Amino acid sequence: MAGMTHVLDPDALSDDARALSVPLPPYRDVTRSDSAFRAFLHGLPGVDQVGAEARVAQLGSRSIKTTSKAWAIDTAISMVDLTTLEGADTPGKVRSLAAKAKSPDPTDPTCPRVAAVCVYGDLAGVAREALGDSGVHVAAVATAFPSGRASRAVKLADVRDAVQNGADEIDMVIDRGAFLSGRYLEVYEEIVAVKEACGDAHLKVILETGELVTLDNVRRASWIAMLAGGDFIKTSTGKVSPAATLPVGLVMLEAVRDFRAATGRQIGFKPAGGIRTTKDAIKHLVLINETVGPDWLHADWFRFGASSLLNDLLLQRQKLRTGHYSGPDYVSVD
Amino acid sequence: MTSLFEYAPAPESRSIVTIAPSYGLFIDGEFVDGTGESFPTINPATEEVLTEVSAGSEADVDRAVRAARRAFEKTWGPMRPADRGKYLFRIARLLQERAREFAVLESLDNGKPIRESRDVDVPLAAAHFFYYAGWADKLEHVGLGTQPRPLGVAGQVIPWNFPLMMLAWKVAPALAAGNTVVLKPAETTPLTALLFAEICRQADLPAGVVNIVTGAGDTGRAVVEHADVDKVAFTGSTDVGRSIARAVAGTRKKLTLELGGKAANIVFDDAPIDQAVEGIVQGIFFNQGHVCCAGSRLLVQESIHDEVVASLQRRIGTLRVGDPLDKNTDIGAINSREQLERIRELSDIGEAEGAQRWQPAGELPERGFWFPPTVFTDVSSAHRIARDEVFGPVLSVLTFRTPDEAVAKANNSTYGLSAGIWSEKGSRILKIASHLRAGVVWANTFNKFDPTSPFGGYKQSGYGREGGRHGLAAYLTGADSK
Repeated sequence: MAGMTHVLDPDALSDDARALSVPLPPYRDVTRSDSAFRAFLHGLPGVDQVGAEARVAQLGSRSIKTTSKAWAIDTAISMVDLTTLEGADTPGKVRSLAAKAKSPDPTDPTCPRVAAVCVYGDLAGVAREALGDSGVHVAAVATAFPSGRASRAVKLADVRDAVQNGADEIDMVIDRGAFLSGRYLEVYEEIVAVKEACGDAHLKVILETGELVTLDNVRRASWIAMLAGGDFIKTSTGKVSPAATLPVGLVMLEAVRDFRAATGRQIGFKPAGGIRTTKDAIKHLVLINETVGPDWLHADWFRFGASSLLNDLLLQRQKLRTGHYSGPDYVSVD
Repeated sequence: MTSLFEYAPAPESRSIVTIAPSYGLFIDGEFVDGTGESFPTINPATEEVLTEVSAGSEADVDRAVRAARRAFEKTWGPMRPADRGKYLFRIARLLQERAREFAVLESLDNGKPIRESRDVDVPLAAAHFFYYAGWADKLEHVGLGTQPRPLGVAGQVIPWNFPLMMLAWKVAPALAAGNTVVLKPAETTPLTALLFAEICRQADLPAGVVNIVTGAGDTGRAVVEHADVDKVAFTGSTDVGRSIARAVAGTRKKLTLELGGKAANIVFDDAPIDQAVEGIVQGIFFNQGHVCCAGSRLLVQESIHDEVVASLQRRIGTLRVGDPLDKNTDIGAINSREQLERIRELSDIGEAEGAQRWQPAGELPERGFWFPPTVFTDVSSAHRIARDEVFGPVLSVLTFRTPDEAVAKANNSTYGLSAGIWSEKGSRILKIASHLRAGVVWANTFNKFDPTSPFGGYKQSGYGREGGRHGLAAYLTGADSK
């Protein structure tokens, strides 16, 4: 850490965090040194990109119809983190999104509510107030989202601020620069520190897979995030393309599957960015169903980070119910 | 799996297919009645009789061969090569246009899942015609001199596992090289060949260029033994292949045989494990394991044996066995009662020999011919399930400790059709591949086919190559040879 500036909090990693920073057994010793951690991460089985793509293409050909489609659409709605992450966001926009989150289809009380509203940290309070006790969570992006290019102290202050404002879920970004230059332990320690700063808030760790590029990197970054105590691993910020591709999803799901098998701890998965249609959403549900199984088919363990997806789900839901397509004027503009 | 996310039935409609109550033979461009008996062909998933087809007699075969001879001498042989290519391109396009019809009919008659007939069999059949259509006017570049000549009339006998695809592998190169053909489809799967006959008519292919004579072993024998056949091509069992080789010995006939296999799928400890598990599944459960190049012997490095077997079992638990026409079915029906009996018998022998049988939970349909995906562990190289071709969804797991041992065990087979290598280390893949006595070696994949790639075996897997430039050589003779 030498040479970095820590204006706000020169000793970012507290003693508590250091204690927390020991991974679950059987991986207690893998973070004991830079070289041990590198050896562990590079010892994970490789990912053959061609094979991963072939697998998701095959799963993409599953035909989900009638009752299973209805179930999938409702389940997908209940898993949406309804997101707005624009410089132009205002309290009014957030309140309008919160209203939609609580009752996505006002004409149909059987329509489930979404899982969370996802905003920048300064608007978490507005979202909290608007959502009240609806059960919809408030997720806030933090740690100098989306680039993550700030000193650790700034990132941690960002997290604490968002939590104080009422966020009960924090979506952090990893330091991709550190990861790509091989400073894995630094990435790990930062996640540990953020986890500590979260307090009771759930931590989703964004890998920004579009910048990691290779599936081997995706697998390694997933393991760093899981070992460091992240509650969810998340593909992308939505600001970089490609975002949540199916091969990336496959590799990340294999990681949470293998991690639970080894440690007993279940980690959630959140693809975000680029999922716009019901068809895309159903492909992800099929991917979960056949990669990790039904244990992950719940909003506690799987989320869609999306904004326009919800309206397509609602249109498809109305279509199944009424037998005909309505149109964009029959769902609300956000 | 629990029932949280059950996939509702998603059956492909069979209304696109019209099956006549009975079929004759396709000879000299016409559908004609055969002079032999008729026999039923059934849907192996339901045992429902689909239709009756004719068992071609010796006289029928003779008529077909004479028609093929006439076409070879009068129309197809003298035709400008570029024009032959046009017909083949036309056939390829028609196969694509009627792809859904072919896929549904193939699944009905064969029992294979519609996902495979739709995504593999039919597209590959069309691809073969496209590929060889392009060769028709470039035969001087095959490598047999500047003026290679067709052989004449080809007698072709094909198996039931990939009925249309095997037809394409045989017919496309034969026609591109300027030969005419008499083709006998398998007894249990004649329907897509008869639909292909319709395509030939639709394409205005000159009469007699393609003749299709349905029937069983006797009909096949008549095709192989006919005195005016210049070339015999057979894909099927090693036993039948052997008797064909005997029958053509001492004649002028050229012969290619594509026979059985017992492929080793070798997984090293530095393999991409998740993809290797997919490849093992694809290698042995694709097409219910009715694949001559199936990866039926898993050779896994001892240090990762438990991990790989556990992953494999978890993955097999997600395979969906059932109605072949359901778009979500992964494993369909066994093609015939006879084949089902053979699979059962060899599996029982495996157990009796001391190997551990594992099958996933789940019910099989009551009617029809079904066998669950099966894994045998604790298999020794001496066991029959490690040596005999099961031709079903049955995997034998063996281990090795060093690369040399892997190669020795992989090659320790009377067959030599295909093999697979799984490793992230390129240098290892190249070295192992060069030591494997197998016609096709896949690296980090399995059961991938392409018309540009030659396919064929070593040892009891047969001789001759199909596919690619090599596939044409089986249907041509150079200017300097006779």
